[in-house]
Amino acid sequence: MGKFKDNVIQPILDCWSLFVGLKVTGKYFCKPLVTVHYPRQVIDNENLTTYGGHVELVGKPKDPATPKCISCMMCVTNCPSKCLTVVKQKAPKPTPEEEAAMKAAEEAGEKVKKPKAPKNPAKFIYDYTKCSLCGTCIENCPAKSLRFSNNIYWVATSRKEMKIDLLARLKEQANEMPAAAPAPKPEATAAAEKEA
Amino acid sequence: MQVFMQHILPLLIAVVGAMIWLGINALLWVYCERKFAGHIQRRPGPFEVGPHGALQPLIDGLKLMGKQLVTPDNADNVLYWTAPIMTMIPVLLLYLPIPYGPVLTGMDVNLALLLILAFSSFNGLAVILAGWSSNNKWGVLGAARAVSQAVAYEIPLLLTVLAISFMTGTLSLVDITNLQAGYIHNWFIFKQPLAFIIFIVAMFGETNRAPFDLAEAESELTAGFHVEYSAMGFGCFFLAEYGYMVVMCSVCSVLFLGGYHGPIPGLDGWWWMVGKTFALMSFMLWVRWTYPRVRFDQLLNINWKWLLPLATANLLATALIMKL
Repeated sequence: MGKFKDNVIQPILDCWSLFVGLKVTGKYFCKPLVTVHYPRQVIDNENLTTYGGHVELVGKPKDPATPKCISCMMCVTNCPSKCLTVVKQKAPKPTPEEEAAMKAAEEAGEKVKKPKAPKNPAKFIYDYTKCSLCGTCIENCPAKSLRFSNNIYWVATSRKEMKIDLLARLKEQANEMPAAAPAPKPEATAAAEKEA
Repeated sequence: MQVFMQHILPLLIAVVGAMIWLGINALLWVYCERKFAGHIQRRPGPFEVGPHGALQPLIDGLKLMGKQLVTPDNADNVLYWTAPIMTMIPVLLLYLPIPYGPVLTGMDVNLALLLILAFSSFNGLAVILAGWSSNNKWGVLGAARAVSQAVAYEIPLLLTVLAISFMTGTLSLVDITNLQAGYIHNWFIFKQPLAFIIFIVAMFGETNRAPFDLAEAESELTAGFHVEYSAMGFGCFFLAEYGYMVVMCSVCSVLFLGGYHGPIPGLDGWWWMVGKTFALMSFMLWVRWTYPRVRFDQLLNINWKWLLPLATANLLATALIMKL
């Protein structure tokens, strides 16, 4: 009797799972679509945060146009595809008067403070044609100055365009941000005026 | 002249009508299949060509026509090009005896059921020719699978059809339809529910549709028997597949769902027939995008261990009841 139950009754009862499956797909058929018709629609910015695009620099919180970068070259040494080029800034050349003063002090046997080079880099070139988006540079950055961008709509038509000057890009972003932020203000005042 | 007007002209009109109906159905169901698959997976499906992608099947057809017909090296040239023609021609014939209304019947023959079952078996021959002649191991494997599957699933299909013929005493589709006139309880689905279920399952096996699409099995055999076919050679198999699906759904709605009769008397007409066929077709698409493909031994086990004994028992029970 046990065999009969296992081999005959149970398979018939298991046929119920067929209807369960049909119900699942039927339910999904009636749900709204989740994909986006790209050229006519774009994704909300909040959904872009999970997108890992090319590498970009992170600006200082108070000065978004200059990167947090300290030109330590950790990213350049760790990059497996050698796609980053960082050039350190040189120390500013002292004016002739300062130079004379320094020389005089040195001769007098005093310790002279030579002007130090600024920490942030002079050039930060990123070759996207070589990058494999492994994120090693981001992991190794001690200043947390690198991150993946969410630049999903970027198009380059030539190899030259794929070489990005990340410093210029950061400056552009910094310029765009304050322009975007105060935009709602005039509308608000206009609305307030209307109410008045 | 009178012979021509009485017999040949209606048949010519019916053949042309069947061709048009086959073309419309193929375009419609290729489009519906893709849309259906898309919406089940919550994406839009074809969308760019025409409003909501409605012209996509036409464009696809044009693309297929514009492509080169390639014959593989060492293929049997004659058989290779006979196969797509052989799968396509019987489909046209299959549409003729299907009754869409009291007048809208292409060819009222009293052996309509036999004709449909006999000529739909041509597909098996076309498939094995295609697989064998294309000199490709996937093709041969697909053809071998297709044939063992078609042979297996034809038997329960015939047995269920036979049960209906036992009840009605006829093989004419028009007579079977007319016996289901009146209220909905006259439909044979209520007198032969088991036969209906067996017919539906065997229908999937017979038309090589998922979950029984072992002959094509994209992931294992690339495309099975039509792997070497390009352009309209492939197009013919594709059209014929949808053609056979519509025929099987039409036969199913004639045998079990009352054909062109509505659920209450007085509303009969071709719209019922088309509606029932299309509902069954949608069900086939729904099933395809729901279930995974079964393994080949499972496929044959379902047939030999379940469908065949059940169909035989059903047939014997029907015969007994009819005798009493």
